[in-house]
Amino acid sequence: MTDMITTLTARPSRMQAFVKSMKRNAFGTPLDAAITIIVFSVLAYWAWLLVDWAVLRAVWRAEDVGDCTEEAGACWSVIAGRHRLILFGLYPFEQHWRSTLACLAIILTVIFSCFPQAWSGKRLTLLWGVGFAAYYLLMEGSLLGLQQVTTDQWGGLALTLFLFASVVLLGMPMGLGLALMRRSDMPVVRGFATLIIDFIRSLPLLTTLFTAAVVVPILLPSWLEGDKIWRVIIAFALFFACYQAEVFRGGFQAIPSGQFEAGKALGLSYWSILGRIVLPQVFRHALPSTINMVVVTFKETAIVIIIGFFDILASAKAAFGTGEWAPHYLEVYVFVGAIYWVFIFSLGQYGEYLKGRMSIAAR
Amino acid sequence: MATAMELRTRAKRRKLIIQGALIVLSVIVVLGAIQSARVNLAALGITSGFGFLERGTGWDYSFSLIPKSINDPYSKTLFIGFLNMMFVGFISIILSTIFGFLFGTARDASNIALKTAASVYVQIFRNIPLILQLIFLYSVLIHFPGPRQAMSIADAVFLSNRGVMIPGLNVPPSVALGLLIASLLLVAVLILLKTPLMRGLLYWLGGTVFGCIAAALIFAPAGESIFSIPALAGLRFRGGITVPIELAAMIVSIVLYGSAYIAEVVRGGLNQVPRGLTEAGQALGLTPRYIWSRIKLPMALRSIIPPLVNQWIFIMKATTIGVAIGFSDLFMLVSTSITQSGQTLELIAILMLAFLLVNFAIAQFGNWLNARMKLKAH
Repeated sequence: MTDMITTLTARPSRMQAFVKSMKRNAFGTPLDAAITIIVFSVLAYWAWLLVDWAVLRAVWRAEDVGDCTEEAGACWSVIAGRHRLILFGLYPFEQHWRSTLACLAIILTVIFSCFPQAWSGKRLTLLWGVGFAAYYLLMEGSLLGLQQVTTDQWGGLALTLFLFASVVLLGMPMGLGLALMRRSDMPVVRGFATLIIDFIRSLPLLTTLFTAAVVVPILLPSWLEGDKIWRVIIAFALFFACYQAEVFRGGFQAIPSGQFEAGKALGLSYWSILGRIVLPQVFRHALPSTINMVVVTFKETAIVIIIGFFDILASAKAAFGTGEWAPHYLEVYVFVGAIYWVFIFSLGQYGEYLKGRMSIAAR
Repeated sequence: MATAMELRTRAKRRKLIIQGALIVLSVIVVLGAIQSARVNLAALGITSGFGFLERGTGWDYSFSLIPKSINDPYSKTLFIGFLNMMFVGFISIILSTIFGFLFGTARDASNIALKTAASVYVQIFRNIPLILQLIFLYSVLIHFPGPRQAMSIADAVFLSNRGVMIPGLNVPPSVALGLLIASLLLVAVLILLKTPLMRGLLYWLGGTVFGCIAAALIFAPAGESIFSIPALAGLRFRGGITVPIELAAMIVSIVLYGSAYIAEVVRGGLNQVPRGLTEAGQALGLTPRYIWSRIKLPMALRSIIPPLVNQWIFIMKATTIGVAIGFSDLFMLVSTSITQSGQTLELIAILMLAFLLVNFAIAQFGNWLNARMKLKAH
């Protein structure tokens, strides 16, 4: 009797649960079993081909480039030999430690913003402000008493990260501003924001950036023109802001209007209601979509190669552009693709995790 | 102490001032832009206006669906760009939607192998910038062997650095274009007649295949087969349809990327169908196929369509990256026209107008689709 009770009440061990779910989800019917076996063998075969090419038969050291024959696998010598060009572009060679530190500053800023302890308007502003300032001071150099390096010499991953950070930093307040304007009770202000948001959102990013790079100089008097890179960054930030405004709008819609009214009844001003009651909640609601927007922005920075910036894609092209490395374009693109993938995949997974956690909290 | 009345008037006045200031500011910015445009264009010696559209271009580009020459006026060149953009856009939208639904359904399947395979696919292609995928694929394609050493699949499809050669119908191009239009018309008619989805697909497929065979029987040159199969003749291929590598790279990379995104949309929609509904189906003894087609999919479609339409618009916009590999879409032809003619403002206006129109049309179609899908009882 006791035996029976223990068998009835004992929870299945992990192993048993796994076996059971495998039985049901992988080998439930003969058809399922056939699909499982075929699909997994194909996947395993591909994975083997990849490992064989990228690891087992690969050539690693720059000096061994002679071993890169048809029979050999990946020729990582090209990365060993040219990674500095890919990562830092045309930045002066002996100053590369500055680019390294600057890139680290941006990456750390992004990582730190993922911790809940950083999630208040003030702290995030401070964090991104400091991270960006550190980047700029290190890269530009003249303020720290280092050799001055102008923006036209920035390149590679460093330039991609610079574009990304400045777009997010400028675009976030712009997006909040547009979202507030769109909710305004003044018809002209509301109409103005709606027009801009809808207009920018129906154009491809490339068109917006191209306009900023090529058309805006015609429309501005020459003393207002500024650097091409800053025009493009501002246009990119505007693009980001228009999408982010819609994200914030979703956050605003989740706040019941009673909260605004309660604040008014207490005699609080518009800005204190907004800053102390509404916005903190809006940010929380909008967080997963905001992370998604940030990830998309990082991915979209790759497009600046078309309007002539020396970003990581352009420097990758330059890395195998010279005769010696020309046959190894594949390895270079795989390397750059892997860099993008790691950044985007990990941030995206973090966003998913947060979304899941918040939907549990909301229940 | 101000009375409530006074406070209200004050607030009203403040709002009027803010709005007035915004209007004045916008007018100043616009007038200033016009003024400096005039100064800058005069300095460059460019006469503004759309007269240049009638001038010949004098330069060549890679791809066109209709016959082109370097003496075409700008208007025709831009129109070809628009056609190319619509062509790539529509093919990519249709293929991405089909593959997206396949992979999305696989991610929702109970079979663990299907789920894993679809997840790997989505995570790889969604997390790498589209332009990198495009340039990567293009570099792989241009390193393919030349036509004489072309890789062949069953001696009917050939891959070489000149393009992908596939068998086609043995009919003149004008008939082929007519067939394409007839096939699209058939879709429109089926939608207007409100044919159910699966039956509609069947009718469309049957009608198109029948139309192709009939056209080939009538128009194929006497004594030749109705199919035209590519074959090596000297240094190049004869017969069949040659898909230039730029076009192949565009379509393949946009479809890989777009379908990964659509798969996520579809999975999200399927996830939102309450479990109780599928369980009710099981309790009624419906087969899994029936549960999927009669319960899950119709329920999920309602939440799938709005984000799906956004993805369609995204794919349309994504065609602009063709310029990175020299595919002559609208953006590339506009930017070349700008460098060649200097008519920057007019050309950018045309580009923007084209995108606004196309995206507006897709959005309208989406709204209409959404309205049709809505639950009618509520």
